[in-house]
Amino acid sequence: MKATKDGKAMHSPSQIPDEWFKWKEKDEGAAEIVSRPSLSYWKDAWRRLLKNKLAMLGLVFLVILAIMAIFGPILSPYEVNQQDLPNQYQPPSEEHWFGTDNAGRDVFTRTWYGARISLFVGLMAALIDVTIGIIWGGISGYKGGRTDNVMMRIIEILYGLPYLLVVILLLVVLGPSLSTIIIALTVTGWVGMARIVRGQVLQIKNYEFVLASKSFGTRSSRIIRKNLLPNTMGPIIVQMTLTVPSAIFAEAFLSFIGLGIQSPFASWGVMANDSLGAILSGNWWTLFFPAFFISFTMFAFNVLGDGLQDALDPKLRK
Amino acid sequence: MLKYILKRFLIMLVTLWVIISLTFILMVSIPGSPFNSDQSSNETIRANLEAHYNLDQPYHIQYFLYLKSIATFDFGPSIKQPNQSVNDLLSRGFPISFELGILTIIVAVISGIILGILAALRHNGVIDYLAMGIAVLGISIPNFILATLLIQQVAVTWGLLPTATWSSPAHMILPIAALATGPMAIIARLTRSTMLEVLTQDYIKMAKAKGLSPWKIVFKHALRNALMPVITIMGTLLAGILTGTFVIEQIFAIPGMGKYFVESINQRDYPVIMGTTVFYSAFLIIMLFLVDIAYGIIDPRIKFHRKGGE
Amino acid sequence: MEKILEVTNLQVTFTTYGGTVKAVRGVDFHLNKGETLAIVGESGCGKSVTSNAIMRLIPNPPGKITAGSIVFKGKDLAKYSEKRMRSIRGVDISMIFQDPMTALNPTLTIGTQLMEGLISHHGVSSKEAKKKAIEMMDLVGISNPEERLKQYPHQFSGGMRQRIVIAIALICEPDLLIADEPTTALDVTIQAQILELFEKIQAATGVSIILITHDLGVVAKIADRIAVMYAGKIIETGTKREIFYKPQHPYTQGLLNSVPRLDLKGEKLIPIDGTPPDLFSPPAGCPFTARCPFAMEVCDKVYPASKELTESHQVNCWLQDERAKQLLTAVPLSK
Ligand SMILES: Nc1ncnc2c1ncn2[C@@H]1O[C@H](COP(=O)(O)OP(=O)(O)O)[C@@H](O)[C@H]1O
Ligand code: SF4
Ligand SMILES: [Mg+2]
Repeated sequence: MKATKDGKAMHSPSQIPDEWFKWKEKDEGAAEIVSRPSLSYWKDAWRRLLKNKLAMLGLVFLVILAIMAIFGPILSPYEVNQQDLPNQYQPPSEEHWFGTDNAGRDVFTRTWYGARISLFVGLMAALIDVTIGIIWGGISGYKGGRTDNVMMRIIEILYGLPYLLVVILLLVVLGPSLSTIIIALTVTGWVGMARIVRGQVLQIKNYEFVLASKSFGTRSSRIIRKNLLPNTMGPIIVQMTLTVPSAIFAEAFLSFIGLGIQSPFASWGVMANDSLGAILSGNWWTLFFPAFFISFTMFAFNVLGDGLQDALDPKLRK
Repeated sequence: MLKYILKRFLIMLVTLWVIISLTFILMVSIPGSPFNSDQSSNETIRANLEAHYNLDQPYHIQYFLYLKSIATFDFGPSIKQPNQSVNDLLSRGFPISFELGILTIIVAVISGIILGILAALRHNGVIDYLAMGIAVLGISIPNFILATLLIQQVAVTWGLLPTATWSSPAHMILPIAALATGPMAIIARLTRSTMLEVLTQDYIKMAKAKGLSPWKIVFKHALRNALMPVITIMGTLLAGILTGTFVIEQIFAIPGMGKYFVESINQRDYPVIMGTTVFYSAFLIIMLFLVDIAYGIIDPRIKFHRKGGE
Repeated sequence: MEKILEVTNLQVTFTTYGGTVKAVRGVDFHLNKGETLAIVGESGCGKSVTSNAIMRLIPNPPGKITAGSIVFKGKDLAKYSEKRMRSIRGVDISMIFQDPMTALNPTLTIGTQLMEGLISHHGVSSKEAKKKAIEMMDLVGISNPEERLKQYPHQFSGGMRQRIVIAIALICEPDLLIADEPTTALDVTIQAQILELFEKIQAATGVSIILITHDLGVVAKIADRIAVMYAGKIIETGTKREIFYKPQHPYTQGLLNSVPRLDLKGEKLIPIDGTPPDLFSPPAGCPFTARCPFAMEVCDKVYPASKELTESHQVNCWLQDERAKQLLTAVPLSK
């Protein structure tokens, strides 16, 4: 007694045994809507992120990079600015894994120092952006009305300012250093974040369940933690992830036009800039390592940001 | 529509005013700038500066005269080279930079859109992965690194193209390639994602139900809508390309405004830095305004909202 | 009566990450020339997939017509090449979609969207096309057509847009019009107007109509025959009279009980409990078993064959079996 694949009857009624014609026991709840056990938002997002191979590649790379930024210089017997002119432009070897540069400095050591600076600049810029952005966008969105109007006008004006030109201008005046670069990058950088935060706050305000929870007296902190924050944090986290590579790019770019972080620091941008001439004479490694790490770090943050966007977007949740 | 243009125009004016005032404030506050010390030994330069910036006047008069000079397209003198003004540099360097920029935009927009469409039409196919692979690399590799890689491989190792200067079409290929790859990648990704979204829309299904050819559906119905977001990011891309010319011109020894600008930064030639920044900012801010207006004209919905609403 | 369309054993599946969705699982029905057939069923039962399959508009991947024939005017569309199919779409068979707010391209004028089908299929001049377009706008009841052709979709209300969509569908004078929930997205008063428009158009052009809906109220007005669909299958077919007054399938009865009816004023509306089965792994037997108040052991195990009650009335339900009828009389209906 089998039904065909599509469930079409393949027997005539006479073949069906009589004893099948009795009322079926109703199994209680069988017809009830079976609600899928809802994983928590973060677990769900994490699970989706794990499935994204490219984003995982980026994440793993960044973790390794962070570890190397911390411990890399310790592994090496050389100091970051230790010059050794007789051993200038040594190709990668057992003593110098990444070779040496024009002053005989160890590229391996300098690369991890560069990682410290690039990551520090990127993360600090993102952190400051998000802090100002949350305060500004939060107030703007929450207060609404006149306040919102004025604050948004200011944002609109700042948004129109050419970002890198303002950064250049500020650095010319302030003089390039680690702290002034971070300041310059964030002076107008927070605007994008503030816009996103404001949008999210407006969305929260519209959520019906906020109103509902108010009138039913549910503890609102719980509601906010459980329902609101996850939904609003998504775009903010994604924006942060994408701020980091753009800050790293900006830092390297500034090095190139002579506004880079000054020694004794060795940022990737400075290293790459110093090696521009060297590459023509065949000493590729001096450029290759900083260039590779700038690019791959940006790549890693970009794919991680994309992955997070897909993983955190509640609209795509099914 | 008129109201919309007017509003954008006012915002543009305010933005311009902010950047001009910012340069002024910074200039008078720089310690050791020619405005606060007598470092510049050259008499001609000193005289030029005083004449242009009215340094004998109080600050508020200086400020007004500064605004006035910019309004008349006079961007001031140089302190490193006597008898050299920002306007001289601009008239020499800007046409070249402009050419580089325009060619880059054309290349980036055309190739980015084509790449994005191909990827969307072959969603999850080999072309899609290939195109998006290129795009992710294009976004991740900074243009100055790409430039050096191109010089190293294409010009030095293979000897296919010249490395530097801006003297013939062959000289232009590498700088444009280095500068266009990033924007191309961004456009490709954006085109792909909006195209994919647009292709699921009901009006595309409707167009299919009309029996239109795939070619018509893509180019007449889908692409128009998919390109709207591309227009909105043109301002940002333009800014990226413009700042990109600074490094690209330096690397390829192209005698454009970007190269002069970087030189002035390295020499701390403050008036040139300020003048060029104001010029470029104004250029970008006006472009941004035009892009906004173009968007308003192309998307019929915006026109309506401005007319019907408010 | 001449059959304009005959669909036999149509099967459509979608391959997704979660598995294969068997959206349409062997559907048979036909449509006579000049009549209106309504396909009715809950949301998700496969109505849209069925209508898209007739137009061969199932997106592939993920979708695929895995079996069946779609015989339109004597030719099997299931065997047509994509290119040949394109000459059918919009010309012989047209389609109207549910949401008029999204069915029109926001960046093209109404005129462009109206005329493009005509121009690309019949190669008429744009002047002729415009004349025809104005004629169609008149037919669907849009005043001042010449002016309005130059406008964009957002300048029209929902009801007006649906009229335009109908005009677009009819401009090449098709023989068959498939309307997939054409009134679902509209206000009740506008719904009535659009339904009247369908009647008017059918009277004027003699077009055959397949009307897809989840709302029996819509059907009552304009359908000649009704096919009731459930979980990817058609479980009862009949004339409007037969379905409304002698529904045989418990699901059809349930549907009727859950719809407000003028002739049964004062009766309570009883919604059907539960949800349709998962189409990833549909049951081998009757898919309604879990929700059916008359479910028997046999229902779970074997899918009931189609039983012909009259020439026009067919039903797939084990209650039609003699032994079930005995069971019904033996046990007083407490259910
Ligand atoms: N593109 C698709 N991919 C996967 N499943 C689909 C797709 N389109 C439709 N389905 C599935 O087919 C079933 C029937 O859908 P549909 O025909 O749209 O229902 P309705 O009767 O409401 O029009 C649904 O369960 C739906 O999940
Ligand atoms: S076959 Fe059985 S379960 Fe299905 S509708 Fe008929 S009685 Fe109910
Ligand atoms: Mg449907």
